[in-house]
Amino acid sequence: MTAPVTDTGAERSVRQRQRGDEQAGRARLAVTLAVLAVVLVVSAIAGLAIGSVRVPPGQVWGIVTHAVGAGWAEPDWSAARETIVLDVRAPRVLLGAVAGAGLAVVGTAMQALIRNPLAEPYLLGVSSGASLGAVVVIVFGVTLLGPVSLPAAAFAGALGALLLVYATARTGGRISSARLVLSGVAIAAVLTAVLDLLLLTTDRGNEARAVLAWTLGGLGGVHWDTLWLPGAALLLGIGVLMVQARNLNLLLAGEEAATTMGLDVARFRARMFVLLSLVTGILVAACGPIGFVGLMLPHIVRLVVGGDHRRVLPTAALGGAVFLIWADIAARVVAAPLEIPVGVLTALCGGPFFLWLMRRDARRSADRGGA
Amino acid sequence: MTGTELVIDSVTLTAGAHRLVEDVSLAARPGEVVGLVGPNGSGKSSLLRAVYRVLRPASGRVGVDGADAWSLPVRQLARTVAAVVQESGTESDLSVREVVAMGRTPHKRLLDGDTPQDAGLIRWALAAVDATALADRPFDRLSGGERRRVLIARALAQQPSLLVLDEPTNHLDIRHQLEVLATLRRLPATVLVALHDLNLAAYYCDRLYVLCDGKVVASGPPADVLTPRLLAEVYGVRSEVTVHPRTGAPQVTFLPGEPSAAAPAVP
Repeated sequence: MTAPVTDTGAERSVRQRQRGDEQAGRARLAVTLAVLAVVLVVSAIAGLAIGSVRVPPGQVWGIVTHAVGAGWAEPDWSAARETIVLDVRAPRVLLGAVAGAGLAVVGTAMQALIRNPLAEPYLLGVSSGASLGAVVVIVFGVTLLGPVSLPAAAFAGALGALLLVYATARTGGRISSARLVLSGVAIAAVLTAVLDLLLLTTDRGNEARAVLAWTLGGLGGVHWDTLWLPGAALLLGIGVLMVQARNLNLLLAGEEAATTMGLDVARFRARMFVLLSLVTGILVAACGPIGFVGLMLPHIVRLVVGGDHRRVLPTAALGGAVFLIWADIAARVVAAPLEIPVGVLTALCGGPFFLWLMRRDARRSADRGGA
Repeated sequence: MTGTELVIDSVTLTAGAHRLVEDVSLAARPGEVVGLVGPNGSGKSSLLRAVYRVLRPASGRVGVDGADAWSLPVRQLARTVAAVVQESGTESDLSVREVVAMGRTPHKRLLDGDTPQDAGLIRWALAAVDATALADRPFDRLSGGERRRVLIARALAQQPSLLVLDEPTNHLDIRHQLEVLATLRRLPATVLVALHDLNLAAYYCDRLYVLCDGKVVASGPPADVLTPRLLAEVYGVRSEVTVHPRTGAPQVTFLPGEPSAAAPAVP
């Protein structure tokens, strides 16, 4: 196909302006990502410094750089502080960053795959499915797969819940927001009820209490040696989704249109469902169901960088990491010495956000003539 | 003339027990603009869906340059066949340029970036539908007609050699209807287009197929196909067909009253 050769001065100036806009878009993304990366580092240092024992940020920097072998400062801190920063807080901050990033990208992809702005692992009952899978393993002491039994069961539970919600919410090729949220709530309620029943009737009373606290979502009690699995899940998730970003964009055009542009929609969605369930399952196994991160972050990020997944995914990942680190800091600080499950705090921000989003959506579809 | 040859061979399409299209055959030679006309529910959209691989034929074959469209990989077919469909997408926060850029996807490998050639094609496609000024607007905020034009630009950016369009002129004002159809005629591609407006179809299409109740009832050059008798049979309307002195194309004028040929008896 050949482009027309006519080239008036006006057309040329329009084209130059357009080229300028394209470059401006890329520059804006680069700036956004760089700013978020700096904020992430600052947030992580804050996460290491703030808590029941306050460590000055300068000392945190010294301890961390010393630990990775890049330190020039003479150690002027106590061994206890080093332990607190490196062995207690560092894994926790890292898990917060990993979980925040993971939930944000899972939410982003889920909204594209289900073609609904309210899709999110927690709201759709996917996290509940993962929790139930994990609890079944704990209560019945299943160790079929050794140390990965728990995440494997959480993955299976997540996938089952996702397929169930998708199948019940879909009618005639369309998923209405109302049906999606209703079936998500209903399925989450049933799964949670089964989970509570299992915990209340189990013989192991003490364990049950610990598990009950975990089902509220929290980052406490994580150790270095359990961190690799969530980390690997995050890298896998972001890697695959970034490679598939163009195809996620196609789904925004509608399923038929996506097919005409070369996407085998059913196969693509099935594969992505497995991937998202895997990431969600592993994250839930590590830190319990933490809600609304996957809902809020993608929407906030789209307001800044637009809707192209090649830009939304990395931005949402960084934003989610920052958000959850701060949510966890707040969870440690607001009622100190008592620690609040971080899931309670994210729900506190996320609930109102959800309501605002729902109203905005209703307004928009009214504007579009009920489309 | 360049373009892909399309041969639809005795295709039957069903939805459950209901027959949407029955034993339809249609051929479009490379570079030809073929129009599909017929009343609501006559099976136009269904037939197009069988070509762009959304509705699998219960029997029959859709041949694209000799290959079975339904046995090619979806991506490979999308490099040859583009479509403008009726379905609307979801809220997306995408700009118009990003929507048109989607059309480049089938030509891209997984990690390919957007090249200057892509950007040039996107600009050309937007200009072809008079949407250059819309490039940076949010797609969600456009009017129905503007959106339609952008979706046509997206299909053009796909560089198809067979372009399938379902009512592309819906919601367009008259100037843009004419411009879009004129653009289709200039494309180095075969075009299969479903149209409501018989006069536009007569002027811009090389040949027409008339569908009624899922069957082809007439086909050929517009002047042979569009007769008062056929229009009475298919649409149940009275009409007069003249050759327009300026355009040389058949001109349909609808007349009030019952058609004498197919008038149902008054009880």
